Amino acid sequence: MSQAHTLPVDEYRITEEPYYRPLGKEIEIFLAAHKNRLPILLKGPTGCGKTRFMEHMAWRLQLPLITVACHDDLTAADLVGRYLITSGETVWIDGPLARAVRSGAICYLDEVVEARKDTTVVIHPLADDRRVLPIEKNGELLRAPDSFCLAISYNPGYQSVLKDLKTSTRQRFVAIEFEYPQPELECEIVSAESGIAPDTAEKLVRFAGMTRNLKDSGLEEGASTRLLVHAAKLMASGIEPAEACRSAIAESLTDDPEMLEAVNELSASLF
Amino acid sequence: MTRTNRATEIEQRLQAPLAAVLSPRRTITAAAEHLAARPDHELDIVIHRAISLANTNAELGYQFVQHAIEALDAMRLADVLAWAEQAVELYDQDGLFAATSFLERPERFADEVLNRANAASFDDTCGMLSIYINGLAGRRLALDIAEHAFTDTETIFLPRRISRFEDSKLNRQLYKATASFLWAQAWYGTFRLDANHRTLEQRLAAYDNPRNARDLFDALETIRINACVARDLPGLYRDWQRLQTLTGPVDYPTHWSGIIARLQRPQASMETTFELLPEVINDEVPLALCYQGVLMPGQVAQTMALRMEKDKAALQTSLAEIARNAVPSVASEDTQQPIDTEALRFEVRVTAKPDAPGEFDIQLSLGGQALGIPPELEALLQSILQDLGGFPTEYLVPAGDNDYDPQAIAAEIDADSESGLGPATYYPEWDHQRHQYRKDWCALREQEVEPDPAPFVNETLKKYHGELHHLRKAFEALRGENQLKKRQPDGDDIDFDAVVQAMTDLSLGLEMPPQLFTQLHRHERNIAVMFMVDMSGSTKGWVNDAERESLVLLCQALEILGDRYAIYGFSGMTRKRCELYRIKTFEEPYSKLVEHRITGIKAQDYTRMGVTIRHLSKLLNEIDARTKLLITLSDGKPDDFDGYRGDYGIEDTRQALIEAKRQGIHSFCITIDDEARDYLPHMYGAVNYTIIDDVRKLPVKVADIYRRLTL
Ligand SMILES: Nc1ncnc2c1ncn2[C@@H]1O[C@H](COP(=O)(O)OP(=O)(O)O)[C@@H](O)[C@H]1O
Ligand SMILES: [Mg+2]
Repeated sequence: MSQAHTLPVDEYRITEEPYYRPLGKEIEIFLAAHKNRLPILLKGPTGCGKTRFMEHMAWRLQLPLITVACHDDLTAADLVGRYLITSGETVWIDGPLARAVRSGAICYLDEVVEARKDTTVVIHPLADDRRVLPIEKNGELLRAPDSFCLAISYNPGYQSVLKDLKTSTRQRFVAIEFEYPQPELECEIVSAESGIAPDTAEKLVRFAGMTRNLKDSGLEEGASTRLLVHAAKLMASGIEPAEACRSAIAESLTDDPEMLEAVNELSASLF
Repeated sequence: MTRTNRATEIEQRLQAPLAAVLSPRRTITAAAEHLAARPDHELDIVIHRAISLANTNAELGYQFVQHAIEALDAMRLADVLAWAEQAVELYDQDGLFAATSFLERPERFADEVLNRANAASFDDTCGMLSIYINGLAGRRLALDIAEHAFTDTETIFLPRRISRFEDSKLNRQLYKATASFLWAQAWYGTFRLDANHRTLEQRLAAYDNPRNARDLFDALETIRINACVARDLPGLYRDWQRLQTLTGPVDYPTHWSGIIARLQRPQASMETTFELLPEVINDEVPLALCYQGVLMPGQVAQTMALRMEKDKAALQTSLAEIARNAVPSVASEDTQQPIDTEALRFEVRVTAKPDAPGEFDIQLSLGGQALGIPPELEALLQSILQDLGGFPTEYLVPAGDNDYDPQAIAAEIDADSESGLGPATYYPEWDHQRHQYRKDWCALREQEVEPDPAPFVNETLKKYHGELHHLRKAFEALRGENQLKKRQPDGDDIDFDAVVQAMTDLSLGLEMPPQLFTQLHRHERNIAVMFMVDMSGSTKGWVNDAERESLVLLCQALEILGDRYAIYGFSGMTRKRCELYRIKTFEEPYSKLVEHRITGIKAQDYTRMGVTIRHLSKLLNEIDARTKLLITLSDGKPDDFDGYRGDYGIEDTRQALIEAKRQGIHSFCITIDDEARDYLPHMYGAVNYTIIDDVRKLPVKVADIYRRLTL
């Protein structure tokens, strides 16, 4: 077996400032946590800006950002690494987590509870003050440099009790809570992201509010900022507002015919 | 001519033809008032028809007049005339009684004879509408059926059917237009109390002719509300206008133009309408818009009075709670010390949200300290704001210990009737008519089945000796083992045999195969299953025996498989006494005790399924398993003593199953109800149930169904 191969991480560098509109003190908290080498947990519903925030922070800190979208087949090896065999040689290839540790990058595990339980355990030694990643398969013990940052995200809204983040995991992290932005901010974001006029953005945001009113009436989740941005982009490309809301928002929120009709009526009422 | 004058005129024209059946206690005054709101051409035709019916028989004419307005709401004019014609035919053939009973039910005629395609019905529309209305904003409004469309600020009442237009789509739109208009009345403050807390009803009573004043107020308010909606919900306003154009325009007296302009200003409120009312008080009431509904200030006053009482008490109670938590030293340490009243002063600041018209930000502070507002309190504050437009100081006084506190009293009464039953877990229930959960509606308690040492289990095992043999074999075949798959293109570890082989190949100049890894395949049956067994009264006898036998065989099978399983029986009486009987929990191993509990299962009371499913889903969710199953054994549809039957019970059960599904639980129902084919597909979905027509087959079937479910 040969020495470890580390792929370059430069492709993960973000060179242009990603637009991010702060909602509270999250930037300051993140910077302080990073300075103190603490891992970070982003809590909040889907589509409320967590990923964008990470991109922005990576740019600010001038660090590469390696993102892993977790799913229920994600194994520890997928994160840490495995052997490959090329031209007769066995080569160790770092997984994204090991790569981030080695190069002192930011590793962002998106929707971490989706991963299998045994997978989340590998991040524990990285998340306390040891800050190490033991690689059992090749006997290495990676020590994280100061710049390394572990961040995970988690949506407390829709996961079942089973998929709840274990306390033993959760308690290692500094938690930053995300919500859908306040209406004024959300308008600003939607119009900045799509280029639509502020008064149209305002209507979209009001529409989002209406769908969020429906959480007790059978809708699992209201429209996220992400969906608003999608609808706004369609509108900026000349799609009729009601049509844009239908395709970009209503259809992705529900399949129930009654709910769909009501949600479409709501958007049609606004425009 | 005012509407009141019109009404009087209608009454006069019909007086002579109907004289024979009228008396001081049997008048047509109310009917005439309603009819007065209809346009002239309709009115003439209706009066004509009434007179001609009266010529046949005065009672026929009388009944026709009494029900004409309902008929006009439910059908087109031509159909109303056909309705009258059929009444005459019935009278000729079957006599007066048949004819008058027929006239008393115009909606039936509408249902039966009318072309169903063009009418829209409440039942078909209310699901969508209640979602729509609750999406808009403000206090939650329920929908219900009434003769006329109106709102009492808590419920929007709508007619059973609407067939004003030829096209059913337009009639459906008219439902939406009417409901949204009534929502707008509540939202834009038509019923808000004035600075002296006077209700709309009281203020209108100050006029010489309160009814006339009400109708004129209604007309002016309608102009204002149209303008509000045109600003805030232009799409909705366009729909309203389209319907009104099809119905015909409404003319306003010429001197109203300045008044209309003032009502249309953004800053106009219901107070503006009152200021302007004297200027039009002698004018004729304009025709109502097709979606306007009627104004019922009396009903509103009643509903509001009740709600405000409740809201006030609830607010005072939650403020008391906040105060207690905020100033713990005051409550606990030294009760002798006078409480610093300044520190306990609540203040509320209301600011309009710049970008959400009609909505307000509410900030609450205690002794100058801003407080976070939990969502329930926020809803309460918004509700009070919607009624009063602000917060009177007496509302902000926290409830003291001795104060009247309806919530606490209600809780005590509840506790009384359930006393001795031990602590309960509360679950919501789904009210499909209101499209809303009833919060904390069902009190559920777990208890144990009384074990019965009778030799039932052994007898069952003997009885099914032959079948058991087959069952065991079938289940053994299901038992999975872990398997290390070799020569995989990708995997967790290196397959060294494959690598050695590959090296040899390579050295021979052959191409190296890419399958050099091992993968661990877990054939692990990661399943947890919850059995929910009907213990309602109807299972007594055969069904109960069959259920118990099924459980005996199931346990045998499950022990072979090693799947984790739990068994609970359910029954109960009313929402306050939902009972769950533990037979085996997930943690508990199969044992003699479990066998005795199975033996001890007895038929009890009723079947309230929703709450049971909610509770068992919760238990199931605490288990870490890849696949989770909830299997119900039952003999019939959900049914409980206090109205939990028919659609209500079915819809709540369905909702509970949907919730379970969202949590990743697969539900399956095994039932012995012949009629189950009617409702099970709706409750469980077409593939998630089995009906067993012969009780005796149940025991063997259940295990087999389980095997197929988890193959
Ligand atoms: N605070 C914000 N600043 C800028 N854009 C935002 C913000 N919040 C949400 N967005 C927009 O919403 C979209 C979805 O956000 P994303 O970060 O992908 O959500 P999440 O990761 O929480 O699911 C982004 O692409 C961006 O357009
Ligand atoms: Mg994301």
